[in-house]
Amino acid sequence: MQTDRNFMITLGCLIAAFAVAPLIISDIHFQHLMIMLLLYAALSQAWNLIGGYAGQVSFGHAVFFGIGAYAAMAPLNQWGLTPWIGMAIGGLIATIVAMIIGIPVFRLKGHYFAISTFAVAEVVRELFSNWDWVDGPIGLDAPVLDPGWANFMFYKTKLPYHYTALIIFFLVTIVTFRMERSRMGYYFRAIKQRPEAAQAMGVNISLYKQYALMISAFFTAICGSFYGLYVLHIEPATVLSLEISIKIVLITALGGAGSLWGPLLGAMILIPLQEYSRVWLGGTGMGIDLIVLGALIVLICIFEPRGIVGLYKRFLYQKRNE
Amino acid sequence: MTILEAKDVSMYFGELVALDGIHLSVEEGEILGLIGPNGAGKTTFFNCISGFLNASRGEVLFKGQNITGMAPHRVCHLGICRTFQIVQSFSEMTVLENVMMGTFCRHAKTKKTMDLAQEILEFTGLAEKRNIKVGSMTLADQKRIELSRAIATEPELMLLDEVMAGLNPTETEEAIALIQKIHEKGITIIVVEHVMEVIMKISKRIAVFDSGELIVEGPPKEVVLDERVIKAYLGEEYDAQG
Repeated sequence: MQTDRNFMITLGCLIAAFAVAPLIISDIHFQHLMIMLLLYAALSQAWNLIGGYAGQVSFGHAVFFGIGAYAAMAPLNQWGLTPWIGMAIGGLIATIVAMIIGIPVFRLKGHYFAISTFAVAEVVRELFSNWDWVDGPIGLDAPVLDPGWANFMFYKTKLPYHYTALIIFFLVTIVTFRMERSRMGYYFRAIKQRPEAAQAMGVNISLYKQYALMISAFFTAICGSFYGLYVLHIEPATVLSLEISIKIVLITALGGAGSLWGPLLGAMILIPLQEYSRVWLGGTGMGIDLIVLGALIVLICIFEPRGIVGLYKRFLYQKRNE
Repeated sequence: MTILEAKDVSMYFGELVALDGIHLSVEEGEILGLIGPNGAGKTTFFNCISGFLNASRGEVLFKGQNITGMAPHRVCHLGICRTFQIVQSFSEMTVLENVMMGTFCRHAKTKKTMDLAQEILEFTGLAEKRNIKVGSMTLADQKRIELSRAIATEPELMLLDEVMAGLNPTETEEAIALIQKIHEKGITIIVVEHVMEVIMKISKRIAVFDSGELIVEGPPKEVVLDERVIKAYLGEEYDAQG
């Protein structure tokens, strides 16, 4: 683990760099790329809490993402309610849903959690596809409203979106950092490594898994709200898709699950790779970016399951021993 | 005063009878030795006390309170801590962090926990190794860490499941010394051990398990001469004279 000072300096530099970047580079595609990068870094950091630190792999985080997206978009679309309230409600609902999922599932041992997250995600997508109030499979479009922070709508600039994504990423990272050195952080890692020994040390493991999932779900929903308001159109096939769930897992695994900087590293590699391979290989080569992605993951699994952060640690270790 | 009382504790796994009506009480401040051949039910008995298994029949009382079927973490908070027959280290954590996992049971603040864990490491003689990752350490060290971790939960009763198995003679001596030191702190201990010499050295009272039953109970010297014990260990053909 890093010292507090090191962490603050690293985070400060990163935030500064990300804050300045869109001011220097005004290319709109690049700005979009940065926003997606920050969004996925934040999403993966949120997933990291439950999947990385507590070791409970979820393949259904799109549920929380979708809940966030719909909670912000539906009231905005139907009643013109400010999306900020929707965002807060989305976070709350996702937290409650996480609790409801966790109560039965975390009582089981082994991989049942991972399996059930798949199932829950499918069920929720079907529910939304058949829910008339949110226009079923067609999805929702954001109404055209006055631009500004109240409606969180901007037509001529991407900067407000960029900074909002940056702030979300900053918040999740701070929460993760605080968690990492608290009792909760130790308990999460203990549960991942030796659940039975953790129990013998007085850890209520199902309760702590529950905490991890709830915090993770909250931030995932916030990201979902942001995504909806940024792209202005949501539908079950996008915000509740398996692709989103899997992408979050892949980014974290690539960067390094259970490490503070893993999600950002993973997003910095995967998101540009995906965007540019799509541009280079063209729309007709559908799925080639995913093939590249898959190949990367296979390599990680074989050579360094701890991801890039793990590679770096191994490098440091070898250097020290030379 | 009786600290732990098992009344008719039985455990069935389908047709298999792992424990059959165990009556056993443990006095505060004693070291009770549990011995018996493989599969006699010693670990199952520990699991029933520490909440990892819910006894099929009977009850377990800790200081008069019924703890049968209570969740393991609650049993730990009440003051019973167990170690595992096969070491269960948090191998990605350092020695200090492993012990902190125990201290966190009573203290929430990281700083305070760290200081207390440090004290415990000095007590168990691991202070110099505190920043080493546990995964790379020897079995003897890992067993010592498990003991340290258990002490850190501030238990009144410790259940030690073969903490000396796999150790060489010198390491065994050290482990015995540590157990006696823990005992001097006023902690009641139940030790499961295969090695007779070890158990004879540390406990004044021994209970012998065989095929899920408690067959003999008494001072070590009497127990080792008991016919039933010899039969349990060596089979029907041998007796004390042979």
